Amino acid sequence: MIDLSHLKADFPVLGDGVHFLDSGASSQKPIPVLEAMDRFARTSYANVHRGAYKLSVASTDAYEAARNRVAEFLGVKDPREIIFTRGATTSLNTVAFGWGLENLKEGDRILSTEMEHHANLVPWQIVAKRTGATLDHIPVTDDFRLDMEAYQQKMGPDVKIVAVTGMSNVLGTMPPVRQIADLAHAQGARVVVDAAQLIPHAPVKVDDLGADFVAFSSHKMLGPTGIGILWGKMDALQEAEPFEFGGEMISEVTLQHSTWAEIPHRFEAGTPPIIEAVGLHAAIDYLDSIGMDKIFEHDRALTEVALDRLGDVPGLKIQGPPNTIDRGGVLSMTMDEVHAHDLATILDEEGVSVRSGHHCARPLMQKLGVAATARASFYVYNTEEDIDALVLALRHARDLFGVGK
Amino acid sequence: MSLEDLYREVILDHYRTPRNKGHLDAPDAKAQGINPLCGDDITIELMYDGDTVGSVAIDGQGCSISLSSASMMSEAIKGKSRAEIEELTAKFRGLMSLDDGIDPGVDHDHPGAALGDLEALEGVRQYPVRIKCASLAWNVLAEALASPD
Repeated sequence: MIDLSHLKADFPVLGDGVHFLDSGASSQKPIPVLEAMDRFARTSYANVHRGAYKLSVASTDAYEAARNRVAEFLGVKDPREIIFTRGATTSLNTVAFGWGLENLKEGDRILSTEMEHHANLVPWQIVAKRTGATLDHIPVTDDFRLDMEAYQQKMGPDVKIVAVTGMSNVLGTMPPVRQIADLAHAQGARVVVDAAQLIPHAPVKVDDLGADFVAFSSHKMLGPTGIGILWGKMDALQEAEPFEFGGEMISEVTLQHSTWAEIPHRFEAGTPPIIEAVGLHAAIDYLDSIGMDKIFEHDRALTEVALDRLGDVPGLKIQGPPNTIDRGGVLSMTMDEVHAHDLATILDEEGVSVRSGHHCARPLMQKLGVAATARASFYVYNTEEDIDALVLALRHARDLFGVGK
Repeated sequence: MSLEDLYREVILDHYRTPRNKGHLDAPDAKAQGINPLCGDDITIELMYDGDTVGSVAIDGQGCSISLSSASMMSEAIKGKSRAEIEELTAKFRGLMSLDDGIDPGVDHDHPGAALGDLEALEGVRQYPVRIKCASLAWNVLAEALASPD
């Protein structure tokens, strides 16, 4: 296994006995990210794109440098295609309400999947209601994959947008986004990828995904909260109206009428997350210094070990693919006779932090026939010791509940 | 505080073998409550016998804390009048420290006194995120009692 154990020292939160296994919800922040934001706030901070004074110029430079860095990270040639938002949820809402309200009408279909996070599900419900379009979903198979046959059957010229996750936050499944996008484009549909789980964990260039929009968050990739990214193909962005209105996003304003600033600024109303952009920049530098391919391999190796070890825990079921093929380091667990909440409380007592609940994916939970799961998810700072602690704590839970003896 | 204090045997017993589980043929009152954060889901049905609760049935899904609280509650309210149930609810809320500053007649040195088995839930107070699990059934009960006969 690739040894990244030296990285743990970069994360002040992760002291002895802390087994943080909830990076799927939000990742911890390394010292270089914290220091970059601190240094910037102490030396160069002011509002961007406004002042004629030196501080504002320095701040604007830093903010735009972050945009360029994200573009480089994603293999995007035109940094104007990078829009900073408040998070992946806002990015997806920008597509749904900015693009969707403008381009969907009665008779059109929106095609999503049964494994979406609420962030790529609920906005489309509202947009469907407001436009008269219908919302349909690609089913999940019994082996926790997207039913690609059903997708092909559901695809048609009336489908105008396909909304799909790049990696399920419950199952870890990585749907074949490229294949999905190619089929969608053959019918003239746009494709939006919820990459909140994918981008932080895999070496992804947007060209490889073949999508029109890609949404993700900084806080799941070692950066700060409060900033997210929407990448959109320029011609797709040109089809969209702004989703929020106010300062920063305008060109001309009279009392009755306004025109919009150029892309990307028309999609960035109000004062943007400036210090957060600097933190995100540092987070990307940190990730690249490790190498995204190594991070992906590291996650995969940990997942392989975990799947193997967890398979020995009696009564434990993994709600997700039992192998690491097209799968990320997200392990949703249910245990016979021990509810996920009880698992999470018991695990916490042993320093193991996991998420319990429906993971903002209630329709998927219904499909799986479970009310809640306990979810462990991995990142760069996790080691086999964390898995040892997880397995031990799970066994303890069974003992405590007096089951499986 | 240890896990053994939270997961006392009486709690696990009610979780494994919930009392009054199921549905009534012709309930006088019925209410359902969910905890949207975790997906816990409890339905309570009541049949009155004059002024008192004659029968109660509980159905739903949830963790050991929410289901055992519901099960123990169902035993505690049977045969009790609305006034007595209100008093019991106040004592339970006191046990969970849900009404700080309001004195529902709780003996603070022994907040579980007069609650019987329910006293076993005392340990939940030390796990603040789980208090909402223990309270769910009681909130649903209040709703059922408030619904028109």
